[in-house]
Amino acid sequence: MPQTEAFSADIAGLDALDVPVQPAPSAARRLWTGAWPRLAAVVVAIGAWELLTVLKVKPSYVLPGPAPVFSRLVRDIGSGLLLHAMAHTMWRAAIGYGIAVVIGSGLGILVARSRVVRAAIGSLLTGLQTMPTIAWFPFAILLFGLSETAIIFVVILGAAPAIANGLISGVDNIPPILLRAGRVLGAKGISSYRHVVIPAALPGFVSGLKQGWAFAWRSLMAGELLVLLGSSLGVVLQNDRDNSDAPGLIATMIVILLIGIVVDSLLFARAETAIRRRWGLLTD
Amino acid sequence: MTVVTETRLALSVKEVSKVYGPAGSHTFALDRLSLEAKEGEFVCLVGASGCGKTTLLNLIAGLDQPQNGSIEISGRPALLFQDAALFPWLTARQNIELALRLRGVAKSDRASEAARLLGVVHLEDFGDRRPHELSGGMRQRVALARALAQDARVLLMDEPFGALDAITRDLLHDELERIWQETNLTTIFVTHNVREAVRLGDRVLVLSSRPAHIVETFDVTMPRPRHLDQPDVAALAGHIVDRLRREVRSHAAD
Repeated sequence: MPQTEAFSADIAGLDALDVPVQPAPSAARRLWTGAWPRLAAVVVAIGAWELLTVLKVKPSYVLPGPAPVFSRLVRDIGSGLLLHAMAHTMWRAAIGYGIAVVIGSGLGILVARSRVVRAAIGSLLTGLQTMPTIAWFPFAILLFGLSETAIIFVVILGAAPAIANGLISGVDNIPPILLRAGRVLGAKGISSYRHVVIPAALPGFVSGLKQGWAFAWRSLMAGELLVLLGSSLGVVLQNDRDNSDAPGLIATMIVILLIGIVVDSLLFARAETAIRRRWGLLTD
Repeated sequence: MTVVTETRLALSVKEVSKVYGPAGSHTFALDRLSLEAKEGEFVCLVGASGCGKTTLLNLIAGLDQPQNGSIEISGRPALLFQDAALFPWLTARQNIELALRLRGVAKSDRASEAARLLGVVHLEDFGDRRPHELSGGMRQRVALARALAQDARVLLMDEPFGALDAITRDLLHDELERIWQETNLTTIFVTHNVREAVRLGDRVLVLSSRPAHIVETFDVTMPRPRHLDQPDVAALAGHIVDRLRREVRSHAAD
């Protein structure tokens, strides 16, 4: 039928006009666009640091310049001291954060789906999130002694509320029309969670995971300085302080900062970008 | 089920009432509303804003329960929203496959069935795009394919083309009419565009506002396919608009 053919041509023409055109920048260009502001910021920061030492604002045994600190950093990594400490610290971080993800997700789901549970502990979770975790340490030490358990207990307390709150806000911010669409398609109970609620709440959940990591990392550092056990980064930091070893101290701090940045940008920032791209929330 | 007529009823809404607000000060959204649709019939509902059209569709779709009255429907209906309501984390094809999966279609049959449905809405080349990579009209066609994937006997449509431009809407009228004729789906189509209702419907029902009930039914007898600008379509639409205006005006007197 010629009429059907004309119709198909009409609709194909309209579709061709309708599809959004997306210019894709080259990979090298994209990399450079992302990299140069960061490089510039690092150069400016190190320059300012160098300037302070040249002006001798503080004596060099208190505030050494970038050069001695970086050579010390290379030496301590080469000798295995910092790698060893990092291994111990990251092991604690992995255990504590892992348990916090399980507990936080469980609590988040409970609060998100039950009105009673929300009324009971919803505001408590927010309260816990704002409470400085270092305030938990005296109690944790009383409970578990100067032990690994005390440190990991506080790491969990630091991270779990943030993860739970991220998941709750993820669920709360699901557009109601998507839930209705899911119900019309026959998604009920478990299958509704699996196919609609969880994927729709993913953006909020990932930002909760990201925030949870930040809290876990801070709590862990506080804990390692209060409970001096094993060969952790906290122990290295405390030893440097006891020996008035400023280059070693700053080198260790740089490692702590870098771990935080690397975990955030390799895991969480990537996941967030991937989700936003999928959902069409990225403009570039 | 005592009445046996030549064509079976696909939908029967009897004396349905729906009340909102706290007891005592409640307002009726629907007041003893009744309507029927025969199998394969295309019924359009028109009404001024605030006339409870969406409430009615929610009740028929089982998303909400009426206080009084009964709703009988063959099978679980499919519902198309004004916003396509596609899942943004899935591609067009995956949206359709999820509907098939929730209907219980075996995994081995889903891919071919999804491809067939994409073909039905002329989107075979766009299956791997995500909703944000499609235009509004294309999203609505994916939503239509997803609704067809439910294999429902009744299709409910809530102002599905309200947000689209005129050219796209025109083409989608043709597309919807063709699919309706091929599938023999009973269709309940809510709109506030009266010409659209006359263009598509076998019958046009005029709803009153607050509370909603059906004030008049117009049979549309012009042969298909009709066109929006056809003189007899325009004439009937004008007549229905007059009836609607009278209904709206009656509220000013209260």
